Amino acid sequence: MSENIKILEEITSSEYKYGFETKIEADSAPKGLNEDIVKFISAKKNEPQWLLEWRLKAYRHWLTLTEPHWQNVNYPAINYQDIIYYSAPKPKVKLNSLDEIDPELKATFDKLGISLDEQKRLSGVAVDAVMDSVSVATTYKGKLAEQGIIFCSLSEAVQEHPELIKKYLGSVVPMTDNYFAALNSAVFSDGSFVYIPKGVRCPMELSTYFRINAANTGQFERTLIVAEDSSYVSYLEGCTAPMRDENQLHAAVVELIAMDNAEIKYSTVQNWYPGDKDGKGGIYNFVTKRGICSGVNSKISWTQVETGSSITWKYPSVILKGDNSIGEFYSVAVTNNMQQADTGTKMIHIGKNTKSRIVSKGISAGKSQNSYRGLVEVMKRAENARNFSQCDSLLMGDKCGAHTFPYIEVKNNTATVEHEATTSKIGEDQIFYCNQRGIGTEAAVALIVNGYCKEVLNQLPMEFAVEAQKLLAISLEGSVG
Amino acid sequence: MLKIKDLKASVDGKEILKGINLEVKAGEVHAIMGPNGSGKSTLASVLAGRADYEVTGGSVEFLGKNLLDLAPEERAGEGVFLAFQYPVEIPGVSNTNFLKTAVNEIRQYRKQEPLDSVTFLNIMKEKMKLVEIDQALLKRSLNEGFSGGEKKRNEIFQMAMLEPKLSILDETDSGLDIDALRIVANGVNKLKSKETASIVVTHYQRLLDYIVPDFVHVLYNGRIVKSGTKELAFELEEKGYDWIKNEVKAGSAV
Ligand SMILES: Nc1ncnc2c1ncn2[C@@H]1O[C@H](COP(=O)(O)OP(=O)(O)O)[C@@H](O)[C@H]1O
Ligand SMILES: [Mg+2]
Repeated sequence: MSENIKILEEITSSEYKYGFETKIEADSAPKGLNEDIVKFISAKKNEPQWLLEWRLKAYRHWLTLTEPHWQNVNYPAINYQDIIYYSAPKPKVKLNSLDEIDPELKATFDKLGISLDEQKRLSGVAVDAVMDSVSVATTYKGKLAEQGIIFCSLSEAVQEHPELIKKYLGSVVPMTDNYFAALNSAVFSDGSFVYIPKGVRCPMELSTYFRINAANTGQFERTLIVAEDSSYVSYLEGCTAPMRDENQLHAAVVELIAMDNAEIKYSTVQNWYPGDKDGKGGIYNFVTKRGICSGVNSKISWTQVETGSSITWKYPSVILKGDNSIGEFYSVAVTNNMQQADTGTKMIHIGKNTKSRIVSKGISAGKSQNSYRGLVEVMKRAENARNFSQCDSLLMGDKCGAHTFPYIEVKNNTATVEHEATTSKIGEDQIFYCNQRGIGTEAAVALIVNGYCKEVLNQLPMEFAVEAQKLLAISLEGSVG
Repeated sequence: MLKIKDLKASVDGKEILKGINLEVKAGEVHAIMGPNGSGKSTLASVLAGRADYEVTGGSVEFLGKNLLDLAPEERAGEGVFLAFQYPVEIPGVSNTNFLKTAVNEIRQYRKQEPLDSVTFLNIMKEKMKLVEIDQALLKRSLNEGFSGGEKKRNEIFQMAMLEPKLSILDETDSGLDIDALRIVANGVNKLKSKETASIVVTHYQRLLDYIVPDFVHVLYNGRIVKSGTKELAFELEEKGYDWIKNEVKAGSAV
């Protein structure tokens, strides 16, 4: 083993920088899951009867399912009765404005680089901050409302815009979709709701910041974005969690709906606690994300930078129903130490002249396992559908694994489906070359990896691209081996 | 500036440098010639600090410091530059971004303020003229898809940007047509000063028509077997390396 490799191995053992815990009083449900818990959550949120029934239906369906194990990951059995399904930071007083947020909470988000002060925010970014099971603040709501844009927590939307929620909730990811989607439908806590009216181009980036704080608590948020005809929105989510020795479950559902000529750009920077070097602790990130290009010429683009979680299991997908619609998936998934990721996408071509593009960059270091799993399906009536997939894997050292599982199902012979895949190792020659130009090994790895992921990083909104680059460097610190 | 004493190095347990002695003073240009496989690139790599090569004996002093104690990036910071025989490609990293990172890392090592973008771009423009490099190459990914000649020219451009004290050019002439050769040599000559020195590795005399060396050394089988002035290069051109090999065999040139 050369010197460089050794250095690289040392670098990967860096500390998770968001692992602190906020001491704040919480209002929690007792551990475990049963119909009473579902009712408890619904009552806490003062939900209408139909929604409670919807939750109960999901819960009863969930009871009939078994946890899926086809993904290329290994973990001990989850005890669903050992999880707290609802935990909310206790508000000291009822909030009338952002200025009244519990200073402790505000400080938490400040520490994470998420200022809830509108004046101090990056201009052009509105934020919804979610701690454990509830949204604690949403900025720029008023300004957005002037254009008819709704950006609020899902709980609030249930109260304020019940007709929209009733119409769209579960319309892209039905409660029966899969084990974790059913679970989420039963116990979902909070999340964001976005509604962009016809012809409106959302003037700022919308973002939600998720924070798991309480111990033994699962996070089950739901996000719902509806873009009416000829509208546009760019949305970004970020997430972190304290360092804890036990694993915590995060099972979210995201639904996107794009009408005629509408475009939704959804970006994720996922940085849940990944567990320690030996694989102790960390978040199980089991997420169902799906969008439907329901109208003609619509477009949905998923961009994800996945660096955290001990296990990641997610396939942001696009149903290309409208003719000429476009689906995109740009992904960087980094696994280090003992992390496992099984991630990819599904592109379902239904409409004519639909196009999809998949660019996946997997980076594995340490003893981690990184799998790309993707499905491109072209249905019978999808004349002239086109797909291009590029799946690249980069290995650091010889103790990690990279796997690619591309599935292609074509039922219309006018379709063009292209798949390219490469596997490479980070070159010692490249590192030495950088060293010789004065660039130390750590910086060299960051430079090379960022270059490798450039196509994906370029898709991120400007404000976040730099953050994502730093995050990549941090997650690989001490890891090239 | 550089004092190499009885330097021995091996790779995978095989001894390649078998006791090199060489002294380079500021302001001098040394040419190192020799047949393929004699250890020229190995010497260059050992000086630059490549980890695959194990130094098994001897010493290297550079500007009063023990060069062998320093990490490769520290050597670069001290002013050692190697123009690679085979420059490496780094996809997705633009030539400009790479250079800016390099320049600022080296400045940081030297406890200088980092250059802001405007200053950096101005310096870049100036140096571009020196080696007649095309602007388009600077926007592209580092060396990716560059022709052999473009890569070599890019090495000299980097050298111009980093302003090293000691430049080691490893077969920078190979793969260059005569025009490119002239441009590269011109660049090197313009960068020459009383405070800097160069070691030019080549196995053809033709580069030395443009970069005139103060000394010429012949490296053969891990040792410098003959040293002289530029006339030695002409002699080699005329007689070939067999002459040297025979002398070594006869034991007259060690
Ligand atoms: N990494 C390496 N592994 C094994 N042998 C090497 C390596 N690098 C160089 N060598 C050997 O060392 C000798 C000298 O090589 P090199 O320094 O490249 O010569 P030159 O540059 O003079 O042509 C050759 O026999 C070559 O095969
Ligand atoms: Mg050589």
